[in-house]
Amino acid sequence: MKHTLAVLVENKPGVMARTSGLFSRRGFNIDSLSVGVTNDPDMSRMTIVVNGDDRVLDQVRKQLNKLINVIKIVDLPSNNSVERELVLIKVTVGVDTRSEIMQITDTFRAKIVDVGKDTLTIEVTGDEGKINAIIQLMDHFGIKEIARTGKTALIRGEK
Amino acid sequence: MTKMTGAKAMVESLQKEDVKVIFGYPGGVLLPLYDELFDADIRHILVRHEQGAAHAADGYARATGRVGVCLATSGPGATNLVTGIANAYMDSIPIVAITGQVATHMIGNDAFQEADITGISTPITKHNYLVTDGQNLPKYVKEAFHLALSGRPGPVLIDIPTDVFKNEEDFHFPKKASLEGYKPTVKGHPLQIKKAAELIKNSERTVIFAGGGIITSNAHEELKRFAETINAPVTTTLMGKGAFPETHPLSLGMVGMHGTRYANYAVCDTDLLIAVGVRFDDRVTGKISDFAPDAKIIHIDIDPAEIGKTIRVDIPIVGNAKNILGELLEVLVKLNNKKWNDQIEKWKKEYPLAYEKKGIKPQFVIEQIYDACPDAIISTDVGQCQMWAAQYFKYTKPRTLITSGGLGTMGFGLPAAIGAKVGCPEKTVFDIAGDGGFMMNCQELATAVENDIPVKVAILNNGFLGMVRQWQELFYNKRYSHTCLKSKTDFVKLAKAFGAVGIRVTKANEVRSAIEEAMEVDETVVIDIKVEGEENVFPMVPPGASIRDMIG
Ligand SMILES: Cc1ncc(C[n+]2csc(CCOP(=O)(O)OP(=O)(O)O)c2C)c(N)n1
Repeated sequence: MKHTLAVLVENKPGVMARTSGLFSRRGFNIDSLSVGVTNDPDMSRMTIVVNGDDRVLDQVRKQLNKLINVIKIVDLPSNNSVERELVLIKVTVGVDTRSEIMQITDTFRAKIVDVGKDTLTIEVTGDEGKINAIIQLMDHFGIKEIARTGKTALIRGEK
Repeated sequence: MTKMTGAKAMVESLQKEDVKVIFGYPGGVLLPLYDELFDADIRHILVRHEQGAAHAADGYARATGRVGVCLATSGPGATNLVTGIANAYMDSIPIVAITGQVATHMIGNDAFQEADITGISTPITKHNYLVTDGQNLPKYVKEAFHLALSGRPGPVLIDIPTDVFKNEEDFHFPKKASLEGYKPTVKGHPLQIKKAAELIKNSERTVIFAGGGIITSNAHEELKRFAETINAPVTTTLMGKGAFPETHPLSLGMVGMHGTRYANYAVCDTDLLIAVGVRFDDRVTGKISDFAPDAKIIHIDIDPAEIGKTIRVDIPIVGNAKNILGELLEVLVKLNNKKWNDQIEKWKKEYPLAYEKKGIKPQFVIEQIYDACPDAIISTDVGQCQMWAAQYFKYTKPRTLITSGGLGTMGFGLPAAIGAKVGCPEKTVFDIAGDGGFMMNCQELATAVENDIPVKVAILNNGFLGMVRQWQELFYNKRYSHTCLKSKTDFVKLAKAFGAVGIRVTKANEVRSAIEEAMEVDETVVIDIKVEGEENVFPMVPPGASIRDMIG
């Protein structure tokens, strides 16, 4: 089972290492981890996607909470959160595939952000389903390189 | 506000935290700090190896309940502390480790004697600090002591670059540590207390299972009243020894791999296990699915992460054990479980701890030490000696057994004894060591002798790395691969070389007089006792087996 956690941490050196170190040390599996500063420059927010059952998730939460630099941990329920990831995909293009790729890009409301002699770089944001779908499609043309930010998310509504 | 150097600020801060003693070892980057310590009103004890400093600080903390402080220079000094810090971490012991670091502008350059000690120690500290801005030094010291001692205690490390010691800053020592991300729960949830009390009333075969958390939170009085009120037997972990008087009729002694049979049987048959300040270590539980298999479990602990970590729990109560036992006592009335207590009595009579009396048995030595000084503080090394010290000495007061539980660190006993003696100078402190482990930090005899810290060491000299040999005997066909010490080392001469008293014991009838002689002199004494070589620690639960299935 995948769970998404938002972890509010102090924006200090070493905090990333403490957090990611905890995961490997305790044998927790993480799918992705993204981090950035919040509107309060002293705070960063990590979005962590963890793989495991409820017991594992419980331990992840509690062990994270023991880190002094961790201020708050919020569960992000997938049915009530806005979840996004940004991906850059560099695909191989030929004369015969260029227009098809551009069409798909359009359909996914993705953007072409760089054009090479025989490559196109596409920027796409979306939830997991959308990202997986476009990656699968682009795979047919040949993906040369891919860069993903990992998931970031917020709970819907005022909360 | 007064301006002062970081070194001075460090000393001031330590004094504000009421630090009386530091176990340390100097080095290049610490020169400015040692210059301040030269005439500071803090006792500094020069150890002979930084590992000794960390263990001594640890022993001091265990014996007194105060924060132990150790100090080491950058690079090798800091890395020499690592085992000691890990040891304190595993047993939740409050120490503050101060390390010098290369100058701020050199960090990351592989400078001479640079080691990333905050990186290295992250997994083995409750928290750590690298002080890059001298202004923060007093604040970090305040926080470090607060973190070390509060909640679930543990080691905290402060790493200070040498230029920070030299630079002058305004000195401001905060009255309180304020840490937004740190708020331990200390009071038990009233609803959980109510549920627990209800369950206790409705159970017939309750067992109380007490650990180091009782000692940490000073809850031994409450535990005694609690046990007597609900009339339930009490078993402890190794770390919990001293939490409940082992001379009390309700005491079951220790549970687990080398626990008493009656404690293990009681835990197997209980219908309600009240676990207080324990973490269900595998040396205690054996095969986890067979541990208290038919019981409801109430787990009281200050660390929420311990709840449900290894075992399913029916009623968790997060908080300080002293508070929670007190809260439970308020709602509980006297209970009587005659049938259960009769059963326990029967087991106790049927399966007492016993050994065959022949030659100098190590168990006999421990009994003699108990007889000669029942009020002593016992520190131990690790191995068979440790288990016999746990089994055959009766601990009646908290903070009287100082032993490396979680990490099982050979070499712990002597420096820990030194720390304990510094903290409790009026008490006799006896280190019970094996001939293997004693050598791992025997250089600390010099520390004891030269600082007038008269500790007593009993070496149970069996000529083997006994505990490992025992496993080889039982599980590896007696193939004693590299566990025979064949030692020509003369521990009596070694003691004398350090300026300590050395006594050799080769006959059973010399044991008692040697112990008494050791206690009479106000000096550090090493008694080298030639015990039976191939004695085993029994009973024993083979690794991975159910604690019901004990051998020996
Ligand atoms: C630092 C360290 N190294 C290795 C071990 C593994 N170990 C556990 S008990 C033991 C034997 C200890 O022998 P000794 O000190 O003579 O005590 P005895 O068991 O004979 O009483 C060993 C090697 C350990 N616990 N700690």
